[in-house]
Amino acid sequence: MFAEDTISTIATAPGEGAIGIIRMSGSLTIKIAETFFRGINGKSARHIASQQVAYGHIIDPDNGLVIDEVLLLVMHGPKSYTREDVVEIHCHGGPVPMKKILALTLQYGARLSEPGEFTKRAFLNGRLDLSQAEAVMDIIRAKTDASLRMAVGHLSGALSDEIRKMRYEILRMIANLEATIDFPEEDIEVLAAQDVRAAVELLLADVNHLLLTKETGRILREGLETVILGKPNVGKSSLLNALLKEKRAIVTDIPGTTRDVIEEFVNLSGVPLKIVDTAGIRETSDIIEQMGVEKAKEFVVTADLILLLLDASLPLSAEDREVLAMLSGKQAIVLVNKTDLPVLLNLDEVYTYIADTKVLKISVMEGTGLPELEQMIVDMVYGGEIAQKEGAFLTNLRQANLLEQAKYHLEATIATIDEGMPSDCIVIDLKESWDKLGEITGDTVGEDIIDQIFTQFCIGK
Amino acid sequence: MFIAGEYDVIVIGSGHSGCEAALAAARMGCQTLLTTINLDNIAFMPCNPSVGGPAKGHLVRELDALGGQMGINADKTSLQMRMLNTGKGPAVHALRAQADKDLYHITMKETVENQPNLDVKQVLVERILSKDQKVYGIEVETGEIYYTKSIILATGTYLGGKIIIGELAYKGGPNGQRAAENLTSSLKELNIRIMRFKTGTPARVDKRSLDFSKMIEQPGDEEVHNFSFLSEITTRMQLPCWLTYTNEKTHEIIRNNLHRAPMYTGIVEGVGPRYCPSIESKIVRFADKNAHQLFIEPEGHHTNEMYVQGMSTSLPIDVQYEFLRTIAGMENVKIMRPGYAIDYDCIDSTQLKPTLEFKTVQGLFSAGQINGTSGYEEAAAQGLVAGINAALLVKGQEPLILSRSDGYIGVLIDDLVTKGTNEPYRIMTSRAEFRLILRQDNADLRLTEIGRKIGLVSDERYAKFVCKRDSIEESLKLLRSVMITPTPEIQAKMQAMGTVELRTGIMLYDLLRRTEINYNMISEHFAVPLLDSAVQQQVEISAKYEGYISKQLEQVERAARLDEKLLPEDIDYMQLSGLAVEAREKLNEIRPLSVGQAGRISGVSPADISILMIYMEQKRRRDEAIDLS
Repeated sequence: MFAEDTISTIATAPGEGAIGIIRMSGSLTIKIAETFFRGINGKSARHIASQQVAYGHIIDPDNGLVIDEVLLLVMHGPKSYTREDVVEIHCHGGPVPMKKILALTLQYGARLSEPGEFTKRAFLNGRLDLSQAEAVMDIIRAKTDASLRMAVGHLSGALSDEIRKMRYEILRMIANLEATIDFPEEDIEVLAAQDVRAAVELLLADVNHLLLTKETGRILREGLETVILGKPNVGKSSLLNALLKEKRAIVTDIPGTTRDVIEEFVNLSGVPLKIVDTAGIRETSDIIEQMGVEKAKEFVVTADLILLLLDASLPLSAEDREVLAMLSGKQAIVLVNKTDLPVLLNLDEVYTYIADTKVLKISVMEGTGLPELEQMIVDMVYGGEIAQKEGAFLTNLRQANLLEQAKYHLEATIATIDEGMPSDCIVIDLKESWDKLGEITGDTVGEDIIDQIFTQFCIGK
Repeated sequence: MFIAGEYDVIVIGSGHSGCEAALAAARMGCQTLLTTINLDNIAFMPCNPSVGGPAKGHLVRELDALGGQMGINADKTSLQMRMLNTGKGPAVHALRAQADKDLYHITMKETVENQPNLDVKQVLVERILSKDQKVYGIEVETGEIYYTKSIILATGTYLGGKIIIGELAYKGGPNGQRAAENLTSSLKELNIRIMRFKTGTPARVDKRSLDFSKMIEQPGDEEVHNFSFLSEITTRMQLPCWLTYTNEKTHEIIRNNLHRAPMYTGIVEGVGPRYCPSIESKIVRFADKNAHQLFIEPEGHHTNEMYVQGMSTSLPIDVQYEFLRTIAGMENVKIMRPGYAIDYDCIDSTQLKPTLEFKTVQGLFSAGQINGTSGYEEAAAQGLVAGINAALLVKGQEPLILSRSDGYIGVLIDDLVTKGTNEPYRIMTSRAEFRLILRQDNADLRLTEIGRKIGLVSDERYAKFVCKRDSIEESLKLLRSVMITPTPEIQAKMQAMGTVELRTGIMLYDLLRRTEINYNMISEHFAVPLLDSAVQQQVEISAKYEGYISKQLEQVERAARLDEKLLPEDIDYMQLSGLAVEAREKLNEIRPLSVGQAGRISGVSPADISILMIYMEQKRRRDEAIDLS
């Protein structure tokens, strides 16, 4: 609504395309791009001339990891669609890099754009002519309706229950603090700052739990990106076939790719597994050597789940060790296959690489261990503790973004309490967090607080 | 037809709203008539004998900064004052005075009677005279007509008033007064929508019949406070209030007699306020509470009447006696006036512009309880704004609209005209989204300049304001320019002040931000001048709450940008097909002045606002094109 704040969105149609575009507009645009774009010649976003394209990488400033290789297009206002500073990031079309890059723009100061907001800015800043006004209004209306439908559709009952529960907790605290401010002489039991603090700590724990599920929702919608690694003849192809044979597989044909099939879907107890590079797996030749450790590394970075097959009947090879070394900190399962044969593999050595990774002994040939594998994957997706939340999970970035903001305000509330500030200051961030949570479920009504005061407390002359 | 006079502004009703309205208009140079059903009832307090409290006290200070009267007169006639909420942040500190009712009435009567340009008359207004939805006069009960350019309705609870005590119900206003019976139909002829609200008040009891040894004394603050930035009162004779409680016995009696309560027998028609429930509804709604507190408040220096705050009721008198006598210290109570409920006509406030003029009746303004509010302070604040805007209209000048970030007055009026109210509306600090900057201590800094421009701020008030404002600025400048460094000498001073030593050089201003440091300590150790206490307070608040205040100022700025985007009066919202249906209807009804106001209407979404902005840009370009051709 305010022309000067910076907005960001995925500009290309949802789904897989060869190229995806993240677009930002507003005064902070170039500053934000600077934080995570590294040009190939060390060029930063600030040094790219208007209307120029630069090649480089998007790097997560938190851990220095490369998210994707991209083309960055910079347009200085007013020579842009919105007449503001605009940056477009052209990345690989997969949903994972696009969402990660969008998340970075939000993390560094942009906000998710409202439906049709780029077009609205373009019109308000004189970029579109009068004849297009009606069309702009139609776009805003249509996109709003569509996104509302989507928001409602995506909002699981468990999530909205969870959010409403948190909001009610916060509302009760706000009502108490406000009641004691507006009616200081009524005999209302004063909620001590330390009690607010304790309650906010609990809420923060809930928020953090819920934030852990931000991947769950995506996985359930888009599939758990899974890569099967292992040296030749270890049984990758058999494992894939075993998974596909048992389950109803959906094979996707993606036009414009050089291989006919690059990924296949398997449904494991409701968790869709998207197994990538299946064409590669099916080739009988030596995969690791062919695609090289570099390629494996790339998969390890982007995949949600890595299944590494080791041959129980052989000692660890150099390639095995190299791949094992990449697994630390990743969601991975090491499958020790061919356990029906005499065991030569030194399992203790395997554990030295992957202390906290799950290891499962299977035999694809005999079909043993596969149900356990399935259960293990399902448990990983619902994240153990997360599963106890009766399936409340975030389903899109907008929700995660709002929840992050709510978290920020809850943390600010604690900081305010710790600084010894009075109740009217404490309530400021509490209210903000309540508003942000309300935006997730679509209930933000100001009168609620006053209604709650009169419901909760007997006040009167 | 007898034409008895001709005025610029006529005010109907001389309660807290009417008095402020008439004084403002007259002081702005308009020939003004203030009418009342009874001259002995001017600025009467029919409910509790107090002024101020959270948000209400803020209103009084804002009113004062704009040149209103309530603060000055409350200071003169107070019999006790307390600063409430001192344990909380400065934004919610709130001054509350117990007022001497008779003295307040007589002081305001004297003020209005002696105001140049202002006539005060005892007449009962029966009809608004208008032509083509534009007012030109009033007709009173005795038949005479007064011509006028504008009218301010400030009828309080007198419009179609009905008093209810138990099984007894009769037409009338508070305090044995007559009600205005015929004016409502005149308003209906102007197509004004009327609603019906209810309020109530407790019994007044004889001081001599109470045993204060069984109650807890509630004295005023030792420190002498004033509402008005002009008042220089330094000593005040104070009377205590007394605290006592209801008990299970009280509640049992009330429960046993609920079938005789007018709210259950159906005699009461109006909607009552939730924040001021009768004792009978408290006991029904909060059944598990076994005691409710009661404040026994003196009504004046020259009366034995005591107000039983917390005990508002319309139960029959025998029940009132029975339950009052269960209360500690009231065993032998003698009632002087019984508690009662009052039903009255009020208007749907969304029919008003933010100037408090009716959207559809030119020259007709409405202020106070008739707009659905309750409280003397809310009434006075609206009266002032209506008086100012009636005068500005007569003079052909731009109206005064206070925004939500200008003050509680802005919040109050914006809530009324944008959202409306379905129960008597009370101002609360929690209604103000910019609470941190709308403090009672800075009301003068926020509003004196505005009052000066209108012509309501005297030279004396203005000089005082300028001096305070400049001293604050100078002091802040000084504190921000003096740096202290971690030398042994300075570290010794840090120790002496009981604060942690410096690690790097900092400005004195940053030192003041530390919780344990106050301005006097800095003045003592670093030879900066001592300040007037009001100036010092502003400097300290500025330093200690800077982070919160600057965040809020950013929000204010954003809101202001939307409030500055004005919407043309003639938009046909029903034709704007891009808008959601609910938004179309709401916008058409409220007809907001700005995009900001539109966004505050419930049922209008951000997408609707976007569409509205596109529409306006479209219209602007079209108009531009027409101008060029």
